[in-house]
Amino acid sequence: MSAHPSHEAPGRSATGFLPAIARIEGLPIILVFVVLVVFFMSAAPQVFLGWPIYLSFLTTVPPMVILAIGLTLVVAAGEIDLSFPSVMAFSGFLFAWCETTLGHPWLGVLAALAGGALIGVVNGVLVAIVGVPSIIVTIGTQFFWAGAASILSGGQSAALQELSGGSVDKTFASDLFGFLPMQSLWAAAIAIFIWFILNRHRFGEHILFIGDSRTVARVAGVNVVRETVKLFTLMGVLGGFASVLLTIENLNYFSTQGQGYLLPALAGVFIGGTSVFGGAATIVGTFFGTFIIGMLEAGVVATGIAGFWVQAIEGVVFVSAVTLHLLVENPAKLRAIGGLVGLRRGS
Amino acid sequence: MDSGASATRSYDHIVRAENISLSYGKVQALAGIDLAIGHNEIVGLIGDNGAGKSTLIKVLTGVLRPTSGRLFIRDRLVDWASYSVREAHRLRFETVYQEKSLGEKQPLWRNIFVGRQITNRFGFIKVAEERRIANDILKRQLGFRGVGIDANSTISKLSGGERQGIAIGRAMHFDSDLIILDEPTVALAISEVRKVLDFVRSIKTSGRACIYIEHNLAHVHELADRLVVLDRGRIVADIRSGEMSLEQLTTFLIDLQHSGHAVGPAQ
Repeated sequence: MSAHPSHEAPGRSATGFLPAIARIEGLPIILVFVVLVVFFMSAAPQVFLGWPIYLSFLTTVPPMVILAIGLTLVVAAGEIDLSFPSVMAFSGFLFAWCETTLGHPWLGVLAALAGGALIGVVNGVLVAIVGVPSIIVTIGTQFFWAGAASILSGGQSAALQELSGGSVDKTFASDLFGFLPMQSLWAAAIAIFIWFILNRHRFGEHILFIGDSRTVARVAGVNVVRETVKLFTLMGVLGGFASVLLTIENLNYFSTQGQGYLLPALAGVFIGGTSVFGGAATIVGTFFGTFIIGMLEAGVVATGIAGFWVQAIEGVVFVSAVTLHLLVENPAKLRAIGGLVGLRRGS
Repeated sequence: MDSGASATRSYDHIVRAENISLSYGKVQALAGIDLAIGHNEIVGLIGDNGAGKSTLIKVLTGVLRPTSGRLFIRDRLVDWASYSVREAHRLRFETVYQEKSLGEKQPLWRNIFVGRQITNRFGFIKVAEERRIANDILKRQLGFRGVGIDANSTISKLSGGERQGIAIGRAMHFDSDLIILDEPTVALAISEVRKVLDFVRSIKTSGRACIYIEHNLAHVHELADRLVVLDRGRIVADIRSGEMSLEQLTTFLIDLQHSGHAVGPAQ
């Protein structure tokens, strides 16, 4: 591990050697995003050269962005949270219940956030204090809270049309200046805020060190248990907020809402370039990665390819993006693969 | 940093362990350890794998709580209930664990300040200031010049000796009075070992104390003021510098291994 040859000396510094442009966070994925948009523009100009499709993305993608941003922190710490689809169901139920029974949507917003926090605290305590691996804990709590939401709602959906035009709707789901969806502003604000938390706040640094090595973090004086509980709690709160946005946008609650978000949100994180091994993460990458995922379905359909191609293409984009990140991060691997190809050609 | 290092200290021993024992179930990891470290002393801690060296260090630095015994820091009794890694940091103890001191994927400046960040009152890190100080530590304390390393370098790109240097530089920056090194030269090239030994000497000359765990007898014999030999959780020898030559020490340790149970030399 430690005996690196010293002839690597030039270029070891992150500054100075690479041109400034290559150091822009998430650059590879921004390029992929641009290439995809240009591709869709040329393949489906009637759809992708007009504003409506983009404004529609700004309505549908934000809940996924918020989930993926939270997940980015969790993955950065070397953990995983698979329970957020149930947070969306449970928090959505709390929101809908406060509205339909108490007639108080703002209390509902608070209840949704608190419900998410509760689920997060339970996850965090089981992971950090009891020591159950997070993938196991959150598979379990995913089932439990989904079940709880089904039981409490009786499996019924709740129509929330009366919210339309109210203050909650105006704050979270109206169009600013008549065109810009409020959801997108909330998602952008959260992305920027979490970027600062991850890259500039003590808590974010602790997350990165925990993901890098729990032992190093502990030795450095990081309270690993407390920070892990905080992390899962934050993820829960973000899940609750995503649920509020989704429920208000649909003006409807149904107990399985959120189920479709599990894999796309995870895919957004990894397409964005966050390391599956923890210790390194990019919020910018996640932001664009999530928009790529959110855009693919509409894009593929608009180009006239039949709808059942969508998942196959998503899979190809996912694997290529993750491979691309690996090769950009680790050029030695690229050379190794090149060598392998050369070897085959030679023999 | 060197200024004020020789200032008079109001204590004799930076740390003193009294009859410390620790057992995991039936396994006795430490048995009745008595050990005192002077305020400007380099103490080499040697012993076979499983002799209890690391366990002892972990007790001294608040990672592990012993089953029984007392600990004095700067001649004051420590309350186990409130003793922790963080508290040890606050009391200016710093441990440099082999391979476990630095976050591999993180830049150097974060590694120097993690756990002790310079922040505003909302907890946001003053990055420019941390970077500036990190560069200062590299140049002034460690003499890293023109080797292509700066505050933004990622740890995984540093050599083993450089890593130990960073960890030791960090300890000196935070003005630690006791720096504990856990096999800092293991798996290093010879030229790298020389660098690390120089860093250890700078600990002594800056007036601090050091506990130095080492497998390589030649390194520790060359540097230490005192050698403490652990065997199966007990201190079996406490040798002042110059009392034994390297050859005598080697023979003594080999005999110790063969004897099954240790009989220390008359102290």
